[in-house]
Amino acid sequence: MEALSANIKEDLKPPRVNIGIIGWVRANLFNGVFNSILTIVMLFLLWKTIPPLLQWAFIDSTWLAGSASCRQSPEGACWSIISKNFRFIIFGFYPYELQWRPLVAMIILFSLLFYSRNRNNWKKSLGYAWITGLILMGILMKGGLLGLKSVETTQWGGLPLTLLLAVFGLTAAYPLGVVLALGRQSKMKGVKVLSILYIELIRGVPLISLLFMSSIIFPLFLPEGITINKILRAQVAIILFTAAYIAEVVRGGLQGMTQGQYEAAEALGLNYYLTLRLVILPQALKIVIPPTVSILISAFKDTSLVVIIALFDLLKTTQSVLSNPEWMGFSREAYMFIAILYFAGCFSMSNYSRKLERELSRG
Amino acid sequence: MNKLSKGKRGNQAIDDPIIEISNMHKWFGDFHVLKGIDLTVQKKERIVICGPSGSGKSTLIRCINRLEEHQKGKITVDNIELTNNVKNIEKIRTEVGMVFQNFNLFPHLTIIENLTLGPIWVRKTPKAKAEEDAMFYLKKVNIEEQAKKYPGQLSGGQQQRVAIARSLCMNPKVMLFDEPTSALDPEMIKEVLDVMIDLAHEGMTMIVVTHEMGFAKSVAHRVLFMDFGQIVETNTPEEFFTNPQNERTKLFLSQIL
Repeated sequence: MEALSANIKEDLKPPRVNIGIIGWVRANLFNGVFNSILTIVMLFLLWKTIPPLLQWAFIDSTWLAGSASCRQSPEGACWSIISKNFRFIIFGFYPYELQWRPLVAMIILFSLLFYSRNRNNWKKSLGYAWITGLILMGILMKGGLLGLKSVETTQWGGLPLTLLLAVFGLTAAYPLGVVLALGRQSKMKGVKVLSILYIELIRGVPLISLLFMSSIIFPLFLPEGITINKILRAQVAIILFTAAYIAEVVRGGLQGMTQGQYEAAEALGLNYYLTLRLVILPQALKIVIPPTVSILISAFKDTSLVVIIALFDLLKTTQSVLSNPEWMGFSREAYMFIAILYFAGCFSMSNYSRKLERELSRG
Repeated sequence: MNKLSKGKRGNQAIDDPIIEISNMHKWFGDFHVLKGIDLTVQKKERIVICGPSGSGKSTLIRCINRLEEHQKGKITVDNIELTNNVKNIEKIRTEVGMVFQNFNLFPHLTIIENLTLGPIWVRKTPKAKAEEDAMFYLKKVNIEEQAKKYPGQLSGGQQQRVAIARSLCMNPKVMLFDEPTSALDPEMIKEVLDVMIDLAHEGMTMIVVTHEMGFAKSVAHRVLFMDFGQIVETNTPEEFFTNPQNERTKLFLSQIL
């Protein structure tokens, strides 16, 4: 034994390289002629754009004064369009004195979303918390109960409407998409054909035409006297549309599963439903987290298309402010503001998906 | 100590059939894979099936737990006939354990979760009891220290032993092995075979598709040789290896021994 181990060289630590800041700059910014030129050009462009932007946005800008003083200093940003119209942009035509109600509803929603971030909290009690929260949010928005004054849904608008369409749209579209993907893989001919038909038909038309159909054509087929809420119709159109896209992404994940996984689960005596729930879907859905989140993000932004059927979502309330003669011409500031809001939503989604991927990749 | 050389076969099969296959046929499209299989397996009997690739060995044992559907003939397992009745199929699958060539562990679950999945969801065993049983079987296959790891962190031999333990957790009446050592590096084959030999000595009913002739010699009651979808020769291991009757068996043995 000793003769054997004498021939084995002892393990060495890998050599340490410490290059410092100058070394890093040289290795990453100036390694070669071409990269050096690129670096210099980029630095020049940044120097030309960033200081003026900061000057415009923060130094020369007007924050709280009225539109008159904005017009006196046209070289700076006029953030007053946001601060003066903040409540209209956020809440739309919701009665002014009742706007605390959508505010509380949004706080509930954000707390629930934040609490759900941690997978350790995914227990039955969280489900109950969501159900209670949803009912509470509904009561707060709609009123007519518990002594709250009733507010018609035609008066809903702004950020609460955007969040409503997005959160319900995405959470309902996801399971529907999974079911459609399974349907498309089904051995039952009828189910398979119906799923394919649905997916291809829905993917074949733009969301705008679906929204038009739901708001203009669909009511024509309803018997007289029966109307279905406009927000609900738009909501359903968004769900149906997003589900078709999710279905195709999930199908890709299902195809990534080997036959052996199905067989091993079946050989243990698990039925079809349990095989999917415990073995196939946890793996398949994990594989497709990145493309799924892409779809969810684009669906979130697509909710702004409801402006064309005259729902006053966040984009539409902002546009209404801009059509007010007093504030006309400050569209840069207004659109930048809602861009920041949308970005915050999308960025937190993609951030969360990366966190989820990291956690799940341990297996 | 080499278990293969012990050669003791012990606990003979009882005359009480657990699997009965008669005149069973199977086609893949137009390809006739199995041509009239007749086979009766007694409780505690250990059968090794060998034969050239494409001869239908794997298909035969996959028909026994309905991973493949036979189109003609009759298969009865533990007095239940295999038909399209889904409840019966699920019942038979809980009684018949299967070990695959590629292990097929569930990569998203830890070893202990792999083992308790079937007992908890199919047998409705309480979680604590299922975990206790799982640790018992992990100890039996000598990897209890890996319980909290994921399958991807284990070597091939360890994964296959986990797969065997996973089947055992369901407390099956029959174990099917579909070339359990074919995907393993040579140095890992022995650790898996040792586990299988221990299992054999405990009286498990086993049907093993394998090319490990040492294993066949040491534990099998019967060796079947299959070719072109038929059982060509059935014999005791002694007779099978020293005095094969069929020409094709002789040719096959001359190639692999």
